[in-house]
Amino acid sequence: MYLYSLTLQRATGVVCATIGSFVGGGKSQEIVVGRGKTLDLLRPDENGKIQTLHSVEVFGAIRSLAQFRLTGSQKDYVVVGSDSGRIVILEYSRERNCFDKVHQETFGKSGCRRIVPGQYLAVDPKGRAVMIAACEKQKLVYVLNRDTAARLTISSPLEAHKSHTVTYSVVGVDCGFDNPVFAAIELDYSEADRDASGQAAAEAQKHLTFYELDLGLNHVSRKWSEPVDNGANLLVTVPGGGDGPSGVLVCAENFIIFRNQGHPEVRAVIPRRADLPAERGVLIVSAATHRQKSMFFFLLQTEYGDIFKVTLEHEGDRVSELKIKYFDTVPVTSAICVLRAGFLFAASEFGNHMLYQFKAIGDGEDVESSSATLMETEEGFQPVFFQPRPLRNLLKIEHMESLMPIMDMRVVNLFEEETPQIFTLCGRGPRSSLRILRPGLAVSEMAVSQLPGIPNAVWTVKKNVNDEFDAYIVVSFANATLVLSIGETVEEVSNSKFLDTTPSLAVSLLGDDSLMQVHPSGIRHIREDGRVNEWKTPGKKTIVKVGLNRLQVVIALSGGELIYFEMDMTGQLMEVDKHEMPGDVACLDIAPVPEGRQRSRFLAVGSYDNTIRILSLDPDDCMHVLSVQSVSSPPESLLLLEVRASTGGDDGAAHPGSVFLNAGLQNGVLFRTVVDMVTGQLSDPRSRFLGLRAPKLFSTVVRGRQAMLCLSSRPWLGYIHQGHFLLTPLSYETLEYAASFSSDQCAEGVVAVAGDALRVFTIERLGETFNETVIPLRYTPRKFVLLTKRKYLAIIESDQGAFTADERETARKECLAAARMNENGNTNNRDQKENGARADNEEEAEEEDPFPDEQYGYPKAESDKWVSCIRILDPRIGNTTCLLELQENEAAFSICTVNFHDKEYGTLLAVGTAKGLNFWPKRCLTSGFIHIYKFVEEGKSLELVHKTQVEEVPLALCQFQGRLLAGIGPVLRLYDLGKRKLLRKCENKLFPRTIVSIHTYRDRIYIGDIQESFHYCKYRRDENQLYIFADDSVPRWLTASHHIDFDTMAGADKFGNVYFVRLPQDVSDEIEEDPTGGKIKWEQGKLNGAPNKVEEIVQFHVGDVVTCLQKASLIPGGGDCIIFGTVMGSLGALLAFTSREDVDFFSHLEMHMRQEHPPLCGRDHMAFRSAYFPVKDVIDGDLCEQFPALPPDLQRKIADELDRTPGEILKKLEDIRNKII
Amino acid sequence: MQASDRFNINSQLEHLQAKYVGTGHADLSRFEWAVNIQRDSYASYIGHYPMLAYFAIAENESIGRERYNFMQKMLLPCGLPPQRDED
Repeated sequence: MYLYSLTLQRATGVVCATIGSFVGGGKSQEIVVGRGKTLDLLRPDENGKIQTLHSVEVFGAIRSLAQFRLTGSQKDYVVVGSDSGRIVILEYSRERNCFDKVHQETFGKSGCRRIVPGQYLAVDPKGRAVMIAACEKQKLVYVLNRDTAARLTISSPLEAHKSHTVTYSVVGVDCGFDNPVFAAIELDYSEADRDASGQAAAEAQKHLTFYELDLGLNHVSRKWSEPVDNGANLLVTVPGGGDGPSGVLVCAENFIIFRNQGHPEVRAVIPRRADLPAERGVLIVSAATHRQKSMFFFLLQTEYGDIFKVTLEHEGDRVSELKIKYFDTVPVTSAICVLRAGFLFAASEFGNHMLYQFKAIGDGEDVESSSATLMETEEGFQPVFFQPRPLRNLLKIEHMESLMPIMDMRVVNLFEEETPQIFTLCGRGPRSSLRILRPGLAVSEMAVSQLPGIPNAVWTVKKNVNDEFDAYIVVSFANATLVLSIGETVEEVSNSKFLDTTPSLAVSLLGDDSLMQVHPSGIRHIREDGRVNEWKTPGKKTIVKVGLNRLQVVIALSGGELIYFEMDMTGQLMEVDKHEMPGDVACLDIAPVPEGRQRSRFLAVGSYDNTIRILSLDPDDCMHVLSVQSVSSPPESLLLLEVRASTGGDDGAAHPGSVFLNAGLQNGVLFRTVVDMVTGQLSDPRSRFLGLRAPKLFSTVVRGRQAMLCLSSRPWLGYIHQGHFLLTPLSYETLEYAASFSSDQCAEGVVAVAGDALRVFTIERLGETFNETVIPLRYTPRKFVLLTKRKYLAIIESDQGAFTADERETARKECLAAARMNENGNTNNRDQKENGARADNEEEAEEEDPFPDEQYGYPKAESDKWVSCIRILDPRIGNTTCLLELQENEAAFSICTVNFHDKEYGTLLAVGTAKGLNFWPKRCLTSGFIHIYKFVEEGKSLELVHKTQVEEVPLALCQFQGRLLAGIGPVLRLYDLGKRKLLRKCENKLFPRTIVSIHTYRDRIYIGDIQESFHYCKYRRDENQLYIFADDSVPRWLTASHHIDFDTMAGADKFGNVYFVRLPQDVSDEIEEDPTGGKIKWEQGKLNGAPNKVEEIVQFHVGDVVTCLQKASLIPGGGDCIIFGTVMGSLGALLAFTSREDVDFFSHLEMHMRQEHPPLCGRDHMAFRSAYFPVKDVIDGDLCEQFPALPPDLQRKIADELDRTPGEILKKLEDIRNKII
Repeated sequence: MQASDRFNINSQLEHLQAKYVGTGHADLSRFEWAVNIQRDSYASYIGHYPMLAYFAIAENESIGRERYNFMQKMLLPCGLPPQRDED
C-alpha cells in the first residue's frame, strides 16, 4: 500500500513570532510566525485585518525566530532556529512573494538535541551578531556584516560553550555601538550530579552571564557572571545606548529584576491574583517591548494571562525604580508583538489568536508594585494582590482562527449535505469548543430580499466605465424585467429606459457610458443622453444566447445563426458579420477586451453536439473556426477567463497571463483548457466534477483580480491566491444566477438569485480550505461519540486543577459584590437586575458578565481537584440538551455507546471516570468508575442507571457482541449489564501498560496500549476466554488509532509518527482456520508476548502529535482516505494510490523535489520524514505541491526528467488533490 | 600529545566524550546512564513544541510553565546520585 500525504489545513497554533519590516520600503510592519512546520508572514492592515502574505512549509521544527536589521538598512532579515543543526537567515522577496535563503551554516547534528543549538536565538540590537544556543552547553556566535556589494555576510561560528550548564534564556544586550554583549541565564549542574548528600543540588545557583563578542579580536569571552534569583526563566533586553539604561530584565517566578554589570539589582514583585493558591508562583511566559524616541516600556504576560506594564525610572544608566502595573488580561499567549500602528498581536497558545488595538497605554490608576515599596518580611517578600478587571487599555478588533489543540475528530455527514462535515473538539479549559468544519469558503450574507416572482437571471451594471460602484441591479423574470437602483437603499426604478415587459438575456455597460439590454426579440441600446436604439430580430427568429464584452456583442438566433456586432467610434452598435452554425447554439462567450486593444479576438461557442468551437473575431478572418474541442456532454455555460498566475507579491507584478476557456457541462463537470493567445488552439484540458447540476459560470472580481463563480448544486469560486489558481466550494446554498456586486457598503460582493429571493453576500477568509461553525464548551473536551439515531453528540469534558461551576459561581458573586462596593456602593439595584436576567435567560446574563472565563481563564485550584461534565449536544442548532456535571473530583476519560444483548434499555451510554486522579509525584487515584446512562426525553437527556467501581482509570470502552469491553489500566475486561452494577464476565491481565483504545471487528479485538502499540485479541465464546494472538514488535506511544480492515490498524504515536500495521496474510488465514484460533500457540508463551507479530506497512513522520485518525471521504463519490488532526491544529489526509503508475510518478517527483528544492530551514526532507523510523511507502504531497513555486526553468528540468511537461505535472497534482478534497 | 596518540582509540573516545555529552564509557553507572537519558528526553520535549503542548494539556498548565518545569528537572532528573564507594 502506497499513500499520498497531504496537509489539508496547516497548523493554526503559533510556536514563536517576531515582528519587523520584512517586506521593506515604507513603514509597514509584518509579523513572521513559526507554526511548528510552517513559516507564515502576516500583515495586519490599517483596518486591523490580518492578512497572510505568504505561508511556506519548511519540513522541520521551527523552534525560535529572531529579526535583525543591518545599520542603515530599511529591511529586516529573519533568523530561524530549527531542528536542522543549521542556522538559516531568510529574506522576504516582495517580487516573488517568498522567503529567500540568504545564509545557511551547519553547526551540528540534526534533530532536537540537548546540546545542538537551535532552541534559543538572540541578536545584537544593532544587528552585528547573532547567538544561537542549545538547552545545554553549546552557544555559538555568528558575526554579521556587509560586503562591498552590500550583501549580508556571516562569519564562521565563535564558541561560547560551557559544559554541564543548562541555559534558560538568551538575549542580546543593547549597549549601543560598543562590542556586542549577550546575556544568558545559566545553571551549572556538575556539582549536583556528584554530591550524594543533596547539599550541592540544594545550593545550585542560577547565574546571569554576559558574553562579550570582541569584534576586534574576533573572540567571545565570558565577561561577567553573577548569581541571580533561582526562579529566573526569561530575559528581556532593556534599551540602551542613549535610549535607556541598557542591561536586562530578569523575569523570575514572582519577581522581575533589573540587572546590569556594575549595577545593584532592582527588584519588584509581580502582583498576584487574589484567588491564586498560595503555593503557586507567577511566571512570565511572553514579553514584548515598546520603544519610542522618548520612552519605552515592556508588556509581560504571566502564565495566567495577565499582562503587566513594566517601566523603569532611570537617569542615564542608573535605574532608581522598577514599576510593574497591571495592564489588562488576555488569553495566555506564546508570543506577543506590539505594532507601531497601535496594535497588539497576541498569539494564543491554545485557541484563536487575537489582534487588539491600544486604547491607552496603562497610564490610568491600577494596581502597581514597585521596587521602591518592596517589603521583605520573615516569610519572604510581601506579595501585592490585584483583581482582574475588564479590558481597559486594549480593544479586541480581530481574531485569527486556531484549532489548536484538536482533541478528537469525526468526519460524518450528519447534516445530510453534499459533503461530510468534520466535527472537531478543540481548545482547552474555558476556551474549548466544538468546531464543525466544512470544506469551502465562508460566506457572509449582507442582505436577502424577496422578489415578486421567481427570477431567472440577475445582472449589475455601472452607468459609466469609470464609476467605482454599480448603479443598477437588473432582475429578469419569465415575462418581465425588474430594475433596481443601488444607492443608500436598493429600490425599484422605472426611469432607467430598460424594457420591463419582456425577459432579458443580458444587461451590460457598453462602451464608456451607454447601457444595453438584450431581450429575446432584439437589442436595446440606451445611450448616455437618453436616446434609445432598438435592433429587432429578423422574421420570427428570437435571440437565444448572447455573448458580450464592453465593445463586442454576439447573439445566437434560434436555428443556429450567429450575428456579430461591434461598437464603432461614434458609439453606435454596428452589425459586422453573420455566421451559420450547424445546429442550435448552447452557449456563447467573448473574452474581455485586452488592455489597449479594440476588440477581443476569440469567441467561444458551445453546441449541443458536444463540441466547443473557438471562432475568430478579427476583421481579417472573421467568424473562422480556429479550433474545435469535443467534450463529454453538451456545454451549458462558457467563460473565457484570463488568469495571471504570477507568483508576484501582493501587488501582482504584471506577468502575461494566460486565457483559460472554462465550460460548465450538463453532466456537472467543469472543463478547463488553455487557449493559445495567438492561434486560438486549445490545449491542456482538465475537468472536475462540481455537482449534480450543470455549472453556470460567471465572471467576478476577487481582491481586484478576475475570478470565476461556478453555480452547480453548490456554488464554487475559482480565484488566485498567493500565485495559485484555486477552485473552492462556497459554504452557501444552491444559487440560480449570480453577478458581481460593488457598492458603498460592500466593495467586492456577489448578488445572486435563488428561489424567489435576491441575495447579496461577500466571500471571506480567502485561501482557507475549511470554514467553521463554533459551539463553545465548558472544559477541555476529551472525547465524543455520535448518537447516530438522533444525530446528537455526547461529549465528555474534564479539567484538572479547577473549581466546579458552583464554587466558581460563589467566588464570582463575592468578587463582583466586592468590586461594586468599591465602585459606587450601590449594589442592590444591579444585583436584582442581574438575578432577574439570569432567571429568564442565562445567555443574556453571560453577555453582561464582565469576567468571561474565555478571557480570564478558570481560577486555579489544587492539582488534585478535577471538574468534568458529560454533555448531550444537538449540533444542528448548537444547543446543549443535557449537561451533567460530575461531582467530587471525578473526571470522565472515555465514552462509548453500547447495546447490551438483553435489549431491555436499548442504547446506553457508558462513561469511564476516575476519582481524585493525580499525576505527580506518582500517578494515583482514589478509584475508577464506569457509569452507565440511559437516554430519556427522546435522547435529549441522560439518567444514571448505575456506576461500577473499578481499580484503575477506564481509558477505553467499546461495545462487543452485546457486552461492554473496558480497558482498565493493563486489564481488558468484558462486562455484562446487571441490575445494580456491571458484571465481570471475562478478563485478560496480560497487557503491558495501559489500554488506551479498543476497536472490534467480528470476533477480533484490536487493543492499543499507551506505550506498546497494538495487540490483536480474540474472544472465544465457548471457552469464555480473551487471548492475544498478535502484537507489535516496536514500542509505540499511542495517541490515536483507527481500524482499517480485518488485519490492519492505523496508529499515531506521541513523537509525531503515523503508521499502519498489518497482520501477514498467511498468519491471518492460519488463525482464522485454526479451530482453536491460535490459542495453543499463545499458551506456549514464547517470544515474550504474543506468538505472532504484526508488520509495519506504512510509516510517516508528520512532525506534530496526531491526536485523532479516521477513515473517511471528504468529497461525494471520492475514495476513502485517512484524515488526521493534530495538537497544533492542522488537518491532514493520507490517500491510498490506486495505480502503480501514479506511485512511480509521484515518488520520482518527490525525489527530484528533494534534490532541486531542499526545505527552507535546512532540514533534509528525507531525514525529517524519517525522524524516528524510516519513512515507508508514503509520498509527501506537501513537498510535491511546492513544484509550482519553483522557477520555470527548474520546473522544465524536472518535467524533462519525468518525460512530461510542467503543465502535465501541475495537472497531476491538481487531480490528486481533487481526489481528496 | 603526540601525533600518533591522536588516533589511539582511547584518545578518540575521550575526544568524543568531551565533545558529545552523554557518550558512554565502560564504567558508566546505571545512574549516570539514566540521568543522561532523562536530560535528553527533557531537552527533546522542550524542543518539540507540539509535545510540550501535549503535556501542557494533560497537566492543565500553560506551555511556558511546562517548559520551565522541564528545564528545572534537568538539574536532578533522577533524584540524588547514589553514594559512591570509596575505592
